[in-house]
Parts: sequence; structure tokens; C-alpha cells
Amino acid sequence: MKTVAIIDYGMGNLHSAKKAVEHVAPDTTVLVTDNAEKIREADRVILPGVGAIRDCMAEMHRLGVVDLVREVSQDRPFLGICVGMQALMSRSEENGGVDCIGLFPSEVRYFGDHLTENGERLKVPHMGWNQVQQTIDHPLWNNIPEGDRFYFVHSYYAEAEGNADMAGRTHYGVDLAAAVARDNIFAVQFHPEKSARAGLQLLENFTNWTGKC
Amino acid sequence: MALAKRIIPCLDVDKGRVVKGVNFVDIRDAGDPVEVARRYNEQGADEITFLDITASHESRDTTYETVERMAAEVFIPLTVGGGVRTVDDIRKLLNAGADKVSINTAAVFNPEFVREAAERFGSQCIVVAIDAKRVSEEGEELRWEIFTHGGRKPTGLDAIEWARKMVDMGAGELLLTSMDRDGTKVGFDLGLTKAISDAVIVPVIASGGVGELQHLADGVTQGGADAVLAASIFHFGQHTIPEAKAFMKAQGIEVRD
Repeated sequence: MKTVAIIDYGMGNLHSAKKAVEHVAPDTTVLVTDNAEKIREADRVILPGVGAIRDCMAEMHRLGVVDLVREVSQDRPFLGICVGMQALMSRSEENGGVDCIGLFPSEVRYFGDHLTENGERLKVPHMGWNQVQQTIDHPLWNNIPEGDRFYFVHSYYAEAEGNADMAGRTHYGVDLAAAVARDNIFAVQFHPEKSARAGLQLLENFTNWTGKC
Repeated sequence: MALAKRIIPCLDVDKGRVVKGVNFVDIRDAGDPVEVARRYNEQGADEITFLDITASHESRDTTYETVERMAAEVFIPLTVGGGVRTVDDIRKLLNAGADKVSINTAAVFNPEFVREAAERFGSQCIVVAIDAKRVSEEGEELRWEIFTHGGRKPTGLDAIEWARKMVDMGAGELLLTSMDRDGTKVGFDLGLTKAISDAVIVPVIASGGVGELQHLADGVTQGGADAVLAASIFHFGQHTIPEAKAFMKAQGIEVRD
């Protein structure tokens, strides 16, 4: 039986992610846990996250999750979601600057209080359904139409420009990395567990993914 | 590539049943909120808002249980409001599967509660519900005030200043209801919607008064709302979510197909 471990470090609504994975892969055991042994034994690992990056990183350090993520992200399908994606970057400018796990070199930036598009002011957070352009072919994009919409809610983002790991792009005042990928790691800024059909398809693809591109 | 304006059907729930009546043509048990939410999800609703209208101690456990069942099969964002007074209320709702909670009266009596909630759970899941009523006379400069108890009790708080304060406290979104328009079916208070939307950086959901599809479109194009919320025009089968989206799209509004 396949096992997906969702890393629980006390931040956010993990119920939704668990239910969504169970929905698309009924034959999979989904654990929400902070138990390092159980996470090491899982076939696939999800790193979720909401809220402030400083608090997320502090909890991850306190619970030993940072080293654990570095370890288990080397050899099995690994999915970061929202702040769980931002945490994989090198650094975030949120909360006056926070060092992150650093699996990807990008920096995480704030949209700013004066974000505009064609002269119109844009609200922050970027909240709602936006289109994602798939910038690489990847098994996690299987059966998802190009330009399909996913649900986003965030005020910080990883830049698209010069991002060699980008797997999907979206636009909100600026171009941003909606997804990044390298080897067996995939990470998304949006919430697949809240993105209806497209999001469920991505999670199903993840449960079937071997970790190879 | 652009962000879509959201259409949000609202379920008023009393002791685990949708009230105000719901009359989908092909639903057997129209009172079950989970069944109603599932139908809206299938129609392409962008979010669901669930308001526990009694929010008594006794009904609370039913709410947690209903939210849990809903979150197990409806994979779009779910906002739950009604009687949210403590950090523990928020924790329980989020653990049950809510993505956002809406704080209303408790914010008026204790604004610091909003700050505490946003610091603990993140602004992305804290919605502040604002019930406003016009208090200016004809010919005067427009002014709206915050009311509690379903629009019966004035608070003396200016709606625009209040909205700014709630965002400063950490609200990630505002759910704005015009108490003058709620239930009237004559459309949103567009002046109020525009004034609040212009005053804050966070998204604003317009609510109160929708009677036809043009009202939804007006909320976006004239009110500057980021999302529009309605109940009865969807509940009674007067219009479907796809009809609403097609209508808005025809007026140049970005929607999720």
C-alpha cells in the first residue's frame, strides 16, 4: 500500500490536503504527522504551510523538520504547497528577512502595497483563481489543460524572471513562479487541495508520480 | 492571464440545515448543507460561505460536524462564520476543514481579537464581516455606520474608518453587507462597496441585495468588488452559477469557466 505523509508542524489546515489526497487515491494511506520515522517510511511526502514564513520556519527548526525535509526530498516524490513551496527557497523578504531551507536558489518577494496592472490597483493578498501557464512538460501537469485556473492566496511570491526551476508561471501585476520543479521535487504556490478539478488532478498525478521527469 | 472575480453562494445554516429554503430542481434533500455545497461545487462556484445563523452552544457541534463532512468532498475554499468569538472557535473551525473564518460582532466588541487571530492563524484565513448601513441624509455627503445584531444596533463607528482599522489589525479579506439592501433584491449598495473597496488593500466581497444577474456584474464593474456573494438567486433555481458567469463574462468581467 502506498503512503503519503503530510508533514505536520502545527501550521494550517492539513485536513483539506489529507481529504483531497484520500479522495483522488482511495488506496493510499495518508498520514498527517510530525513523526520523523513515519515520514522517512512514506513513499511520498507533502510539505504544506500557511501563515507567516517566520513562524513556519521557526516551528520547522524547533521540530527538526528542516533537516528532515532536506533528507526525504532527495529520494522520493516530494510536493511543497503554498508557504511549503516558499520554505524551499533560499530566503524570504517576509518578516524583515527569513532564511529558508534553500533547496531552490530563488528569493521570495512581497507584492508591495502599490501593485498595479494597466493603471488599476491590485489587491493584496493575491486571492482567488488565476491561470497557470505550464512552462515545462512534467508528469504533474498530466491531463491539466494549459492555462487552467488554480486557487491562490498569498502576499509573497517566488520570482519568475531568471528562475531556472520554474515549472509554471502566473501573472498578477508581476510574473511569478506558480510552480517549481527539480528532479523528484515539485512545489506549487497555489492550493491544489482547494482548486477543484484541476487541483485534484495534480494531486492524483502526484500520487502516481515515480519522481522522474 | 488575470485573476478571476469570484462568485460565492452563501448558505445560511441553522442547526445543521440550510434555511431560507433551497429549491434546486433535482436535489432530494435540499436542506442538507453538504448536498447543497456539493451541487454548487459541481456548478463551478468559486468558494462557499457557510453562516451558522444561531451559533448557540448546542448548534456548535453540529456545525463542526457539517463543516467536516463538507470539507471531505467539496474541494474549493470554504469560509465559515457566525458566532466566532474566541481563538479556540477559530482553531476548531479550521481543524474541521474551514479555510477561512469570518469574524463579525466579536470584532466590534474587541478589535484586538482580530489582531490576535491574524497573528495566530495568518491573515489569509481571517475574514472580517462588516455590516453597514447608510446614516447620511439625502443631499448630505454619503456616510455609512457599522451596525450589529442584524442591523438593529448602531455602533457609532464609521464604516470606512472601521474597514481600514480591521485591515490594519490583520483582516485578509472583508465581507461587506449593506444592511439597507440585505433581502431587498434591488442590488448591492454600490456607493458603499466602492468606498470600502477603494479604502483598503485587501479583497472585498460584496453582499446584500442581489436579485438579478446584472446586480452581480454591477458589484464588480461599479462597486469594485473582488468577489460577489448571493444566496436566494441561486438557492431557488432562479439562476445557476454558470449562467451568472456567462452573464458576467459577456460584460467583460474575468471569470473562471
